[in-house]
Amino acid sequence: MTEKYTALYEEHKKLGASFTDFGGWQMPLKYSSELAEHHAVRNAAGLFDLSHMGEVWVTGPAAGAFLDYALVGKLSAIADGKAKYSLICNADGGIIDDLIVYRFSDEKYLVVPNAGNAPTVAAALAERAADFDVTVEDASAATSLIAVQGPKAEAILLTLTDEAQHALVTDLKYYAFNELTIAGHDVILARTGYTGEDGFELFIPNAEAADLWAKVAEAGEEFGIIPCGLASRDSLRLEAGMPLYGNELSLERSPFDAGLGPVVALKSKEGDFVGRSALEASKEAGSKRKLVGLKGLGRRAGRGGYPVLKDGNVVGEVTSGQPSPTLGYPVAMAYVDVEHAELGTALDIDLRGKAEPFEVIALPFYKRQK
Amino acid sequence: MAKVAAELKYSAEHEWIAADGDGPAVVGVSAVAAEALGDIVYVDLPEVGSTVTAGETCGEIESTKSVSDLYSPVTGEVTEVNDGVVSDPAVINSDPYGAGWLFKVTVTEEGPLLSAQEYAEANGGEL
Repeated sequence: MTEKYTALYEEHKKLGASFTDFGGWQMPLKYSSELAEHHAVRNAAGLFDLSHMGEVWVTGPAAGAFLDYALVGKLSAIADGKAKYSLICNADGGIIDDLIVYRFSDEKYLVVPNAGNAPTVAAALAERAADFDVTVEDASAATSLIAVQGPKAEAILLTLTDEAQHALVTDLKYYAFNELTIAGHDVILARTGYTGEDGFELFIPNAEAADLWAKVAEAGEEFGIIPCGLASRDSLRLEAGMPLYGNELSLERSPFDAGLGPVVALKSKEGDFVGRSALEASKEAGSKRKLVGLKGLGRRAGRGGYPVLKDGNVVGEVTSGQPSPTLGYPVAMAYVDVEHAELGTALDIDLRGKAEPFEVIALPFYKRQK
Repeated sequence: MAKVAAELKYSAEHEWIAADGDGPAVVGVSAVAAEALGDIVYVDLPEVGSTVTAGETCGEIESTKSVSDLYSPVTGEVTEVNDGVVSDPAVINSDPYGAGWLFKVTVTEEGPLLSAQEYAEANGGEL
């Protein structure tokens, strides 16, 4: 696979980023210390390049009906200007990807899949669109996505927005979006994120991304903004109990095992959708293992792939884990046999041969004070 | 670029060793390794009195992102471990060649070691 670079790659190099491959993309892992970047998002603000994420436009008279068929949620029911978290499953009910769907009108939607899955999702949508009066357009390669996350995010963006448009920022609810001008650029501004903090994601054409990035960084300096890489993005989303495709979600996992049952609109959608009969059967059968949160009682962290033990027997597997920078103890998400998934259950994680004590606790690990 | 201290010798597994004079040698990890690991949050060091063997694992270093084995660059008996890095592992990131040292060892045999120049060239460090 040839390496892909976002429109902000040169900016990251100038900032001294160390890079990592993510879904075929060369992305900043960190710029300085991933812990400092994590804390900046919790306490001030962080600036992320998420241009590796996909952007697929679905337009046409049947857009809503098509997405109801192609995805597991009832996307036709979202209000204009609102976003919704959803999943795209295969006919067996396996998760192809998780994604966010933005509704501009009943004939215009934006679907945002994960980086590594974007081509697959775009292809699956195009294939499923055959019998619908819609156009599916993969604009991923032309679109950049910049996230400004943290308690100071709104204040920073307001310094770059004309006063006449301030309400378009301040009145924006979580999982809603507006089109407005920020730092002289027309952007789609969504109050969404993957950090557990208040924050925004800004969609912008590639050619304008570097200028927007620089202006946000400059305006945010007095508020304590710093650029943040994928390392802190991962620790932030883990604390917020958000699943990551490839870790918590995969073709082998059902949405019900992952605790995403409410995302699957079996009741509210009358018509068929891809994966429906398999998902009905898997809901009926119940889960053997479910996704839980684990809190470490010692200092050692469990990592993805480590076995989860009860009295020395394997009863599950860690999907993500590391020391929580905010909470000060190790946290992990793991699939665990349902009989050991009750809150408060004492379990061990097999840390390279040593059993380390953990306890099942509720997700998310971290919830911001509103 | 991560600094490579000129006065030290290095193992291919990124440990440094300071063996000057008659006392025990001091072992730590290079800034190149510390930077690659990311923020270090836990270290597991060999026990005082135990014997470490050149090229074999003698502990673990855990960062926010990963766990790595710690290899001993020399064979000998451990005479002292740095309790400071056990309680505050971040010191390994901030001062890998100073306060971030890991343990002291009475050397009976050295493993294959690189000069600072050789190590820097092989691992992209800065002398």
